[in-house]
Amino acid sequence: MKNIWSFFMGTLVLVSKGSKAYYIWVGALLTIAGFGVMGYLHQLNSGLAVTAMKDQVSWGFYISNFTFLVGVAAAAVLLVIPAYIYHWKPIKEIAVLGELLAISAICMCLMFVTVDIGRPDRFWHLIPKVGLLNFPQSLLAWDVVVLNLYLTLNLVIAVYILYETYYKRVPNKSFTTPLLLLSIPAAIAIHTVTAFLYNGLGARPFWNASILAPRFLASAFCAGPAFMIILFLLIRKYTKFKIQDAAIHKVAELIAYAMAVNLFLFGAEVFKEYYTGSVHLAPLKYLLQGLHGYSALVPWIWTALIFNMSAFLIFLIPETRKNHVTLVLGCLMVFTGVYIEKGMGLVVPGFVPDVLHEIYEYTPTGIEIIISMGIWATGLFILTMLLRVAIPILNGDFHVAADGVSSHIGDQMFFIGKRQKEREKEKAESLE
Amino acid sequence: MSDHSNCKKNPLAIDRRTALKGLATGVAALALPASDASASVWEAFFQKHFRELSKVELKQVLARLSKEYSEEYGKEVTVKATPAIEGVKYGYGLDLSRCIGCRRCVYACVSENNQSRDPQIHWIRVMQLDKEKGVDLSRAEHYYNPKSVPEDGHFYMPVQCQQCERPPCTKVCPVQATWKEKDGIIVVDYNWCIGCRYCMAACPYGARHFNWGQAQLPAEELNTDTHYLGNRPRPIGVVEKCTFCIQRTREQPGRYPACEEICPVGARKFGDLNDPNSEIRYLIENKRVFIFKEDLNTQPKFLYFYAT
Amino acid sequence: MNRKSLMFALMVAGLLTAIGLGILGPVQAAKEKYFDRSGRLIVEEKQAAELLRAYDTKNREPEKTFPVPPPPFSEDIFPCSDCHADMEPNLQRRELEDMHTDIVLHHAEGQRWCLDCHNPNDRDVLRLVSGETIPFSESYRLCGQCHGIKLRDWKVGVHGKRTGYWNGDKQYLLCAHCHNPHDPKFKAMKPLPPPVRPGEARH
Repeated sequence: MKNIWSFFMGTLVLVSKGSKAYYIWVGALLTIAGFGVMGYLHQLNSGLAVTAMKDQVSWGFYISNFTFLVGVAAAAVLLVIPAYIYHWKPIKEIAVLGELLAISAICMCLMFVTVDIGRPDRFWHLIPKVGLLNFPQSLLAWDVVVLNLYLTLNLVIAVYILYETYYKRVPNKSFTTPLLLLSIPAAIAIHTVTAFLYNGLGARPFWNASILAPRFLASAFCAGPAFMIILFLLIRKYTKFKIQDAAIHKVAELIAYAMAVNLFLFGAEVFKEYYTGSVHLAPLKYLLQGLHGYSALVPWIWTALIFNMSAFLIFLIPETRKNHVTLVLGCLMVFTGVYIEKGMGLVVPGFVPDVLHEIYEYTPTGIEIIISMGIWATGLFILTMLLRVAIPILNGDFHVAADGVSSHIGDQMFFIGKRQKEREKEKAESLE
Repeated sequence: MSDHSNCKKNPLAIDRRTALKGLATGVAALALPASDASASVWEAFFQKHFRELSKVELKQVLARLSKEYSEEYGKEVTVKATPAIEGVKYGYGLDLSRCIGCRRCVYACVSENNQSRDPQIHWIRVMQLDKEKGVDLSRAEHYYNPKSVPEDGHFYMPVQCQQCERPPCTKVCPVQATWKEKDGIIVVDYNWCIGCRYCMAACPYGARHFNWGQAQLPAEELNTDTHYLGNRPRPIGVVEKCTFCIQRTREQPGRYPACEEICPVGARKFGDLNDPNSEIRYLIENKRVFIFKEDLNTQPKFLYFYAT
Repeated sequence: MNRKSLMFALMVAGLLTAIGLGILGPVQAAKEKYFDRSGRLIVEEKQAAELLRAYDTKNREPEKTFPVPPPPFSEDIFPCSDCHADMEPNLQRRELEDMHTDIVLHHAEGQRWCLDCHNPNDRDVLRLVSGETIPFSESYRLCGQCHGIKLRDWKVGVHGKRTGYWNGDKQYLLCAHCHNPHDPKFKAMKPLPPPVRPGEARH
């Protein structure tokens, strides 16, 4: 217990230290988060009427972000599979980072759900035994359960590994390995459940397609890793943490396969709807072509499709995959593409046309965007804090001091410039 | 979920809830002046699910709500919780060959059931359709407003909650805030709903409506005869829907729903599906009946028929 | 399906034969029986007089009456006998020139005129085709002579508007409360305002 306390206090000291760039970054995130909080207070005060949602389109930008982020969270598993099943070393070193990303993404998911519900004060109705969770009937109840389990699982694994490393012990494999293996089906489960949440609604033909869960998984395995590659490149560039090229290139290759499957499944859906040409074509038509003169989503979805296809080519060809300029470009395109396709591109056509075939074109209001940005900033803040602790621990710059109580902090800066990094490199070489 | 025995009290749950309540009232006592108003706020906050309330607790809740509404609207408001009549299952018939699309039902419903005037909530939506094309929703006109109805070449189809026997909406609710009563009416506990709107996504008939903002309801237009599960004023952030006028139809003798009573052409029929002599049974047995979105197997108890 | 239509055909045939026999004079003891393929008795021919008894209005059970509000007369027009009692009924079909000129018959006007429904000898009652006279409060029976299915639906509350309690006493409206008997097509009316379009009213 004492150890846990001193570890916790040590991390608090650690996150308060950093370079100027670190302070600016964290300060910016907290400022945006602050705006988000103000926006949310306004929403709490006036109700969800401040959003553009209506009875016709009853879920919007918040739930779109939620859906996308569940995918990002699930994709952390992509790193766990090769790392722990095939014991592939380059990725094993960075797998913990994937878990930290998953934790931040799940936190964002929970925040997005919270801001979307009309009565957040009644959240306790969702707590089993205390409230009345409608489990196993409601897929949303399933989602509540699996998301929290997944969050707990990742927290336990990541914190345990970091904690043990901090105290210079080797994490107990007979504890971590089963949990890590469990996190693989858990990741697939959270995303499958989220897909089923939409999938099970006969009222919404756009979602009521059995291809939805596979599509969710495929697109998640594109967007999550794309985010991670960018994260790795940034970490490698601006912190002392080293990540091998081989690991990054492997992840990029996996994106190519996932994107191929994603595009194929999307194509299969498009074929089925257009060739059949039943009344159920309407939402897809609204998305891709516009319907009765309404076409707010059309430019967005085509941007997404072009991005996804270009990125697929970039990741497929080894030369462009290994060139870091095209690699970053590809990652950004995948991230944006999937964000559009499976965020607004998935949620909104479920409601347009609505069940009585009314068309209401939904565009989020300023408040919705501010609150969403606030949540993203909060999520990135959580991620930054987690990395601020994890990276020094993994580098051996943050561990228990010789007295066994206080902590040794070797990395005061965290974010360092390129030149500094080169200097460190020289120093290390001269030492050798 | 319609089975009431499902909701037998779990002693552990009550214990925990009481513990939570104790904790929070402690916090409340510290944070807020111990006025009646704040006590009522906390009572509302920790109110149990409708079906878990004991008789005594239910009485207290109804009294509290009645007091709150009476104060808010400056007139005596009664809140009742009349249970289902034993052995009755309500059914509704709408004669598509008669309806002229005059929307009298829409507004009779609004005033009977205390819907918010602004933001506007209508439980009934009337669609104008082409006679030539039949029930083709892609040609539905929701906002028709000619000088007079019916217009040539058109027929009209009012849509409201279809009170499904297999409701997709109650199944998805994560907190069991909506369920099918023994008499077949789908109800919402407005004090338990968390406002996630999953039921709205699940409903194939657009029958569920959300209180996006604080309901505006002129005191002089308030219907003071209210039911807990029906037409009492709704709080912000919860879902509401048609209840076959539960406050009228569960009386003894039971009045007809307001929409049925106002219809100038007698296109609306209501009765007990279990009574072989009811008009609803007659029309099922003798008329062409059309079930809206039959392929979804929701098994509505709101039936469209053609009397001609 | 087949059996039903066969049965129907046979019944019609039977009826026609019976009527035919009745008209043709001396009653034949036509007691033929018809069976279907499985040997079940479908129809037993009855004597024509027996069939005709169905039209005997005098010995028929009285019609069930229905609770209705007073018939919708124009103001001060009823009882009709106030004016008509002293007038000799003019059975000549003609266009009315002095009185009741506001009434334009737009109801199968080629087939009928006033005195087909209004009883010539006592204007305070209506007259069925059978000659039976009925009060205005039972006018549905008059309408039901042609609109049989409507009448049947009306009686069970499926045609027309019935108020009261779904499990208690009910109030009926007469056909004439909604349909002007001289011009029965339902009149068009102004619809109440459409709902607010989503996005139109932002708060």
